[in-house]
Amino acid sequence: MRTLHHRHFASLIAVATLTFAAGCHKKAVPPPPPPPPEATSPAPTATISVTPDSINPGGGAVLAWKTTDATEISIDGIGTVNAYGTQNVTPADSTTYHLVARGPGGSTDATARLTVTAAAAPPSTGENMDENVFEQNVKPAFFDYDSYEIRPDAQTVLAQDASYLAAHPTLKVVIGGYCDDRGSAEYNLALGENRANAAKQALVNGGIAPDRIRTVSYGKEKQFCTQADEACWQQNRRAGFSLDR
Amino acid sequence: MRALKGISSPRSRLLFLILLFLPFGWKAGAQDWVRTGTNLGAARIRLAAADFNPAAGDAQTPALKTTFDTTLYNDLNNAGIFDMVSKSMAPPVTPASPQQMNLAQWAAAPASAAMVAFGSLAATGGRLAVYGYLFDAKNPESPQILGKQYNEAASQDNARLIAHRFADEIITRLGGGISGIAETHIYYVAKRGGNKEIWQMDYDGQGQHAITHLGTLSLSPRVSPDNDRIAFASLERQGWAIRMFSLVLGRPVSFPSMVGNTLSPAWSSNGAKIAFSASRNGDPEIFTADANGANVKQITTFKGPDVSPTWNPKTSSQIAWCSGRTGLPQIYMMDSDGTSVQRMTDGGYATSPSWSPNGQFLAFAWNRKYGPGAPGGQDIYIMDIASKRWTQLTHDEGRQDFPSWSPDGRHIVFQREKGGGSEIWTMLADGTEQHRLTQGGDSMPNWSWK
Repeated sequence: MRTLHHRHFASLIAVATLTFAAGCHKKAVPPPPPPPPEATSPAPTATISVTPDSINPGGGAVLAWKTTDATEISIDGIGTVNAYGTQNVTPADSTTYHLVARGPGGSTDATARLTVTAAAAPPSTGENMDENVFEQNVKPAFFDYDSYEIRPDAQTVLAQDASYLAAHPTLKVVIGGYCDDRGSAEYNLALGENRANAAKQALVNGGIAPDRIRTVSYGKEKQFCTQADEACWQQNRRAGFSLDR
Repeated sequence: MRALKGISSPRSRLLFLILLFLPFGWKAGAQDWVRTGTNLGAARIRLAAADFNPAAGDAQTPALKTTFDTTLYNDLNNAGIFDMVSKSMAPPVTPASPQQMNLAQWAAAPASAAMVAFGSLAATGGRLAVYGYLFDAKNPESPQILGKQYNEAASQDNARLIAHRFADEIITRLGGGISGIAETHIYYVAKRGGNKEIWQMDYDGQGQHAITHLGTLSLSPRVSPDNDRIAFASLERQGWAIRMFSLVLGRPVSFPSMVGNTLSPAWSSNGAKIAFSASRNGDPEIFTADANGANVKQITTFKGPDVSPTWNPKTSSQIAWCSGRTGLPQIYMMDSDGTSVQRMTDGGYATSPSWSPNGQFLAFAWNRKYGPGAPGGQDIYIMDIASKRWTQLTHDEGRQDFPSWSPDGRHIVFQREKGGGSEIWTMLADGTEQHRLTQGGDSMPNWSWK
């Protein structure tokens, strides 16, 4: 009985996953292969990055790092940290973040440099941006249910978006706030407004001038995915970007 | 009927109910305050509507008579205050005038009518003439309560219009002086292709037609108290803006654009003010303005969504609205200057308040067990504002939203989403007699003020 139940559940999940993949054009991500068995302790690995890698004075950036096979990890100026993570940084001057990872198999280090520019980059003129290129580089931020708080994953995405927009100073963007199709249409228009504005604030904090950003809420009026399941609802709870021409 | 009389006297009925539904006794009580507050009353008048006499009309007459008879019967049946004599129990006669009326025939079983509406209808030379009467079957000495005469161009629309007018006369006379709603309209949003336009229909779902042709998304129609203008929110290049459409001129009229997206307009009952949601600084708040858009004032400052204001129509000095200041949206109430804020709902997901014409109730959409993954359960509720006692009006029929009160306070129109479609439904304000008015992609109904 229990096995039957289990199997039923598993096939449900399989169907749900398939439906989601078909409905939302989301590529299935295969699970990472298990690490090969090692006889001796492997040497630690470490990577660290900062996005954007250039900010205006007063702006912020996100530091993200990842290590393997390390037991003791520290970043100069920050202290001991977990094996992987992200942190907001707002240095007054250009800074090099130096990460050291030590483990049974030895030690390694990695660095990332964040430049604080003295003045705004000179505007390049007449940039003709292709929509597809724009979409590949300026990705949407996703939200939790009935929330307009920026999640850590969205923070990372928005920092990358801000860095791209900083590198293309003539681009102007519209941020659309979207909601899943549960709940009330009028309330969702207001919530979408809060979502679009939260994304705008993140870009402004990342050094993008507010007058380059316009917000509009689509509430639940425009949906990216129409299945009634959480995977699909998540696709629809977003702040999405388009070029303001 | 007579044999049941003993059990239907208030005291013995109460005893009967208590004995029968002892564990559910509170529920009977809850229904009583709803019925009293919404003018639906406890006892219904037994009313018969005779088919009208076709008099000496021309060839147009039979088709117009069918429309008239059906419309009059439905209007009286929809009123919520009559126990209608079904056509099959009515005497098979069509008295044209008081002289032809044999009241005893109608007062006797099975019709057992307390009141009878009857008269004549004839189309001649392109004109439609109707004589309508209302007689009191319990007062044969002096039975006439109403005698009305109508004359309009002969058309199906006018046959319906005259039936609505005569029905409203009867309802006003027998319903405690409260005007009937048979001549009122409902404004709503219709999805056609990728666009949403504002549409209008009669209160009974007849005569559906488009008002706007803007080719974008237009939402939240709210008709002005004088029925002259519709305010609504429309998606334009610069975002959502409140727009005005003149029903008198048949075209959009100017209304100043404001900074930021503006949503969900609401008229004060004196027509002098509108309230709306605007996100001037990125956070939607409730604002008020004069009806011409001047004198804009921000009246809330709460973090998170604030939207869907509705004025107290009795006073025009209070506003209820929907706020996400504590997370899931709840219904709140305040004075129209933003003071005396009071939370009305105690949890769940509560949206889309509509204030009853007598000022006593809020109708709203509420999902009391709302949470991530929670199924269905978004229903229409009404709350007695003074006691905060509420009652649920819809049950297990998909997802309901956007209740709007009829001007007589006896009816509520609402949006029902079921099986992928969105429809406009109407019901009595105690949740009974639900019926569908539209189908397809229709939403956000708003009942006219008169």
